[in-house]
Amino acid sequence: MTSRPVRTAPALPALALPGAGLVLLLSVGVAVTVGPADLALSEVARSLATHLGLGGALGVEPLSALRDGMVWQLRMPRILTAAAVGAGLALCGAVMQSLTRNPLADPYLLGLSSGASLGAVLVLLVGVPLLLPVAAFAGAVGALALALTLAGAAGAITPTRTVLAGLAISQLCAAAVSFVIFWSATGDAFREVLSWLMGSVASATWTSVAVAGGAALLIGVPLALSGSVLDAFTFGDTAAAALGVPVNRTRWVLLVGVALLTGALVSQSGSIGFVGLILPHAVRLLTGARHRLLLPLSALAGASFLVWADTLARTVFEPRELPVGIVTAAIGAPVFAALLWKGKR
Amino acid sequence: MSTGYTTAPAVTGPRAAHAGLAGADVSWEIDGRLVLDGVGLVAPAGGVTGLLGPNGSGKSTLLRVLAGVQQAGRATRNGPVTTFGAADLGALPRRERARVLALVEQDATTDLPLSVLDAVLLGRIPHRALLAGDSDADRAAARSALATAGAAALADREVGTLSGGERQRVHMARALAQEPRLLLLDEPTNHLDIAAQLAAMRTLRDLAADGVTVVTALHDLNLAAATCDHLVLLADGRVVAAGPVAEVLVPAVLEPVYGVRVDVLTHPRTGRPVLSFDEG
Repeated sequence: MTSRPVRTAPALPALALPGAGLVLLLSVGVAVTVGPADLALSEVARSLATHLGLGGALGVEPLSALRDGMVWQLRMPRILTAAAVGAGLALCGAVMQSLTRNPLADPYLLGLSSGASLGAVLVLLVGVPLLLPVAAFAGAVGALALALTLAGAAGAITPTRTVLAGLAISQLCAAAVSFVIFWSATGDAFREVLSWLMGSVASATWTSVAVAGGAALLIGVPLALSGSVLDAFTFGDTAAAALGVPVNRTRWVLLVGVALLTGALVSQSGSIGFVGLILPHAVRLLTGARHRLLLPLSALAGASFLVWADTLARTVFEPRELPVGIVTAAIGAPVFAALLWKGKR
Repeated sequence: MSTGYTTAPAVTGPRAAHAGLAGADVSWEIDGRLVLDGVGLVAPAGGVTGLLGPNGSGKSTLLRVLAGVQQAGRATRNGPVTTFGAADLGALPRRERARVLALVEQDATTDLPLSVLDAVLLGRIPHRALLAGDSDADRAAARSALATAGAAALADREVGTLSGGERQRVHMARALAQEPRLLLLDEPTNHLDIAAQLAAMRTLRDLAADGVTVVTALHDLNLAAATCDHLVLLADGRVVAAGPVAEVLVPAVLEPVYGVRVDVLTHPRTGRPVLSFDEG
């Protein structure tokens, strides 16, 4: 048996987080410049400075209204929403995989995406798109409540019960979504529903940024700091308890945290697949299995990843747009296959 | 021989009079079935106490209940009273309890790519603030635990690539990194070859000599005869015999519990009992 080199080089932890933060910052800046009108990075900076009220102090000239609108009203909210959603999904995926000890777990495990879809599809078909985020969030929280009730019915929420309860609720909501679409959707409504189901940040506004970003900060930061607690679950529930972790309470708190964050993200972007599943696995290759670095690094990597995936989604077939969910799946599935191949596990 | 192992507070002075682990009226019910029925046991401090019994007699459950980590089922009657020295284990806050006692489970595994050193560092969790990372002191404690468990050379290996015996030593090291004064083990010699079994028991003896109270479930009665100070024999969730090795490992006690014929011989060199079995 050969001894494999261990992945945590001593210099990595110190540099990884600032490095990933820098990549994210650059990604956001460059992504804003990508698109039909040739914008320069300096123009992005000028627009930012103006809107942050630093224009005068820095002696920066504002952009023309048209170009400024493109940066500040169209691209910036969309890209920042993509970053927040990507960060939240990757983080939630990592937490979920550890909590359930299941490498296939993703943020939607508790039936959240199907629940959100049900809520969203209902309002889309009734024709009150304004209520869409609220309905999607309500659907996600409803699915969560059902799944947790089912999982916790016997007292302890074990990983297996969590996965199975999530599966049951997922299938139930998916059936309801299919039924509603089959029964009542026609032409445009159908297209709208389909695009929502695949996930997209195309219609993101500053409100989306506030909701997704706010949730990512308020819930995501505490989640990202829970690494030591999740470490304790490495060898299972009994081992965690023997290390002084209150197993059931911890699992409840983290599951609810993940679900609320995911619900908030889904309400803004629809359910974008693969980010929450693949990113944690990819980052784990770099950091090893311990969570202190894995969680924040997954979040930053997920943010950059979705920023670029969304940039591809809006530019590859310009002027047509793809739902970003198609791009994440198109990139995610082969990457996942490659990881499996390399991992020999 | 000393292992160089030290518990967080030094194990000298007053603790010589430490009473060890005592459990009274430990009863546990799972799905309406009484798996432990009024178990009382005493494990003297600084000794190795063997927990014996046929399959399904409640050894593993008893260890988990004593450790306060049994998830399924619930205590019946008033709940168990377990004390370690002057401390009421049931009343200790979890984290504090995790600094006093450690449990080595039988089949703890993980699918995650984890280095041995990282796995052992998990044992430091009860000793540090929730948000803190590994300190140099934690890494030193983990390395020393690895050395005590005879696994120092494995530090950089990945847990998934270890053999059964190596993995068992790593689990032992993870428990020792908690710096417990009470060590509970569930069949630590399972799946080990004979040399590894003896080495594992040797480690437990050395730890006991350094003042740790060791309670270990064992299947192999001869291994228990050769290495334990005290024995507790369980059958159907009840204690049927307890005491020094020579009092428990006798045909009159063992034959009805295991349903086999037992002859007790004497080891020519150590003078300890050696058991021979026939189908009754």
